[in-house]
Amino acid sequence: MNHPTRTSPLSRLRGLLRGNTRQYGMAIALVAVIILFQVLTGGLLLTPLNITNLIMQNSYILILAIGMMLVIITGHIDLSVGSVVAFTGAVSAIMLTAWGLPTFVVVPVALLLGALIGAWQGFWIAYVGVPAFIVTLAGMLIFRGATLAVLGGESIAPLPQSLRVIASGFLPGQTDGLHLPTLALGAAGAAAIVWIQWRTRARSLARDLPVPSAAATAAGSVVVVAAIMAFTYALADHNGLPLVGVLLIALIAGYAFVMRSTTMGRRVYAVGGSERAAALSGIRTKRTTFWVFVNMGVLSALAGLVFTARLNAATPGAGTMFELDAIAAAFIGGASAAGGVGSVIGAVIGALFMGVLNNGMSLIGLGVDWQQFIKGLVLLLAVAFDIYNKRRVSGSAPILLGLRTRTRKGSGRDAPTRDAP
Amino acid sequence: MSTPNTAPAAPGPLLRMRDIRKEFPGVRALDGVSLDVAHGSVHALMGENGAGKSTLMKVLSGVHPAGSYTGTVEVAGEPRAFADVAASERAGIAIIHQELALIPQLSISENVLLGHEEARFGVIDWGATHARARELLRRVGLDENPATPVSELSIGAQQLVEIAKALAKDVRLLILDEPTSALNETESDRLLELLSDLRAQGMACVLISHKLGEVMRVSDEVTILRDGRTVETLAVERDDHGRPSVDEDRVIRGMVGRDLDQRYPDREGDIGPVRFEVRDWTVDHPAQAGRRMVEGVGLTLRSGEVVGMAGLMGAGRTEFAMSLFGRSYGRYVRGALLRDGEELRVGDVADAIAAGVAYVPEDRKSLGLILDDDIRHNTTLAALGRVSTRGVIDPGLETVEAQRMSERMRVRSHGANQTVRTLSGGNQQKVVLGKWMFTRPELLILDEPTRGIDVGAKYEIYLIVRRLAAEGACVLLISSELPEILGMCDRVYAMCEGRITGEVPRGEADQETLMRLMTRTGDPT
Repeated sequence: MNHPTRTSPLSRLRGLLRGNTRQYGMAIALVAVIILFQVLTGGLLLTPLNITNLIMQNSYILILAIGMMLVIITGHIDLSVGSVVAFTGAVSAIMLTAWGLPTFVVVPVALLLGALIGAWQGFWIAYVGVPAFIVTLAGMLIFRGATLAVLGGESIAPLPQSLRVIASGFLPGQTDGLHLPTLALGAAGAAAIVWIQWRTRARSLARDLPVPSAAATAAGSVVVVAAIMAFTYALADHNGLPLVGVLLIALIAGYAFVMRSTTMGRRVYAVGGSERAAALSGIRTKRTTFWVFVNMGVLSALAGLVFTARLNAATPGAGTMFELDAIAAAFIGGASAAGGVGSVIGAVIGALFMGVLNNGMSLIGLGVDWQQFIKGLVLLLAVAFDIYNKRRVSGSAPILLGLRTRTRKGSGRDAPTRDAP
Repeated sequence: MSTPNTAPAAPGPLLRMRDIRKEFPGVRALDGVSLDVAHGSVHALMGENGAGKSTLMKVLSGVHPAGSYTGTVEVAGEPRAFADVAASERAGIAIIHQELALIPQLSISENVLLGHEEARFGVIDWGATHARARELLRRVGLDENPATPVSELSIGAQQLVEIAKALAKDVRLLILDEPTSALNETESDRLLELLSDLRAQGMACVLISHKLGEVMRVSDEVTILRDGRTVETLAVERDDHGRPSVDEDRVIRGMVGRDLDQRYPDREGDIGPVRFEVRDWTVDHPAQAGRRMVEGVGLTLRSGEVVGMAGLMGAGRTEFAMSLFGRSYGRYVRGALLRDGEELRVGDVADAIAAGVAYVPEDRKSLGLILDDDIRHNTTLAALGRVSTRGVIDPGLETVEAQRMSERMRVRSHGANQTVRTLSGGNQQKVVLGKWMFTRPELLILDEPTRGIDVGAKYEIYLIVRRLAAEGACVLLISSELPEILGMCDRVYAMCEGRITGEVPRGEADQETLMRLMTRTGDPT
């Protein structure tokens, strides 16, 4: 074997954990909170029906959290998304009912409207230089006001079935027994992920880069396949995969790919990491910021459509506090307020964590008062944990010095024995 | 103050540090360092980056609290264990860091007396505060209105404000970490004179510096650290002409642990024809309309040639370079950049990179690097096209390329995924250089590439630059260190007040000629 491949699994694991403590920590915390509520609710949490509900309840927050993660990575914030959800939802409802336009026209028009709203805010932020906090705080008021104006203070309901299907429809297939298309889709997805895992490993091997052992990769594949199949089996046992689930999977996969593996994503990270260094590296930083806000607008409109469809109504108060849920999801999922850090998967984990927490607390009958209280604490502790960890790694925290030296000494002791042949 | 353990006739040193050991995770930063600083002396602390100078001073000033290191610290004969910075300040020790700790929006008075305001029941007596500040400013020789906001002062003046702030705390021992690295020649001279004055008033100073010349000028003793150990302490005496008794080469030898035969690499390769030409480049200040920062700069760059641009701080060198590099500074007024006789269209940085121009900025931390990202991503950022196809990055290729570049630049790191913030200054600069080498530049502009970098790393950077030139690229080296300009460049342009004031070929260039040109203000005729 070549020497670069001979890194011990333990040191690799430690390296991985050191770089991504928050994300791994949150993934573990997500599993823990799922197990906790599964026990507390006497198994109600993971029933096929409740899993389907979880997806549908949290779909619009997940969509918003993806966009919010990008905004926060560039070092900005968007407080207007809740109002934009309401406004695009209201305009869509008017187009569907008062103007009688078909859904296949209304959906693209609504998304375009979201893009225009994003462009409006992105213009002030990127090109005029008004802080995003101010621009989107203004946007929060402007679009809430606009919602009230177009709705005349009243709700519009009901809405056509062609819209409602977005939020409440399922993948077509037979209605009794296990839903086979869902299982087939799950199997295909699991196969694709396993294929990517092994191809990545083979490519790294070919380049003499360190890779995990074949056994470790195989173990990873088994976990992925088991998790996906268990998840799709549960869904197939109910009504199958919801349509909004298909939408979410596509969005998550697409955005995760763009942010991880494309030059476009890299530029977004660079702008957030250091705008001036990025500019001097040939990145058009203003344009990047502008498009991140356009993207947020489009995703807000999409969330608006899903939410309106789920509610089967456009209401003046729709989307209130959504921005805070999306921001909390992003920060819990590993974003940094300073920008340049975070991932799409992190945002998804953060949103799911909050979703499971909400759902679980409701199932055990905890009131909204305590739910808010606990969610607030979770957000605070997650970010504090991250800051504590960063200090420990970068070594600039004299207060924690004693602790740090101790833990590192412990890890240093086993180093020589590990490297022994 | 009574010091019972020492006879009054032969008082011990003001500071005595013995056998200091300090470990960081995985690194032994200090491995038995001892240091004595006499009353009323200037004591220079020298060593390569990572030798332990800053760590030692952090131990002394309480940044690393007692208990996190072993060894003894005595101030005026009394054993001390500082729990924090406030404790060391009470003992009369003040440290002035490389990055100044002033609050830019506040006035000089407010900064100088921050935490020590002339106040009664928390209400500040502005008259008394300004008067006290004025007195302290006189001691450091700064002639400014104490009500002026610090942000309006030059870096040199801000440094003096920092020292005044330290004096306000009744210091006996002042530690200065690279105080002149951001100063121009005049400001540096002023600061060094101030150190001599303070010494005459009985104060002791510890001076950390990479600039051998200034160390030799002011210090009474030099302690050399290498790899966390004290190598030796040399007493410096000066003859009637002010010539020091210690040879600079001797100090360098102590620092690097071997003889450095040359501080600059040999020239190799031939100088070819003119490749790049700048004509009549003129730039205005970004915010103040009509304020000329660069006026009619014209120069030529031949392939295989290292061209120097000498000038004092404020001469407009950085402004010129950044403006040329895709108009990253100020308002472009007029001027052309030509390659092989053809004018290039360079509207932004992406255009400049595409045209084969690379700019290594003066401020590597905020302009050159994304500090919280790793070596790999920093290396490829300016040339993502080289590791991607149709916008999709190949992570394996990226890692391989970044590793190759790091090896070529001799970056010392755990690997390509190490965060650049955790690298030493010299290694960070090598990563910046690697990032721009990765764009395969035909014209490399280096802006103060070796500021704050130790002798060994400097030489490695010079080697890389020389090699690039030998491969046929053009290099424009901006520096305020004249020995560097003279040692590295084949031809030198001198700049003053935004204009080129002279062009000197290598054979005719010497420090006096260049300094005369660099200070030629106003119209020569």
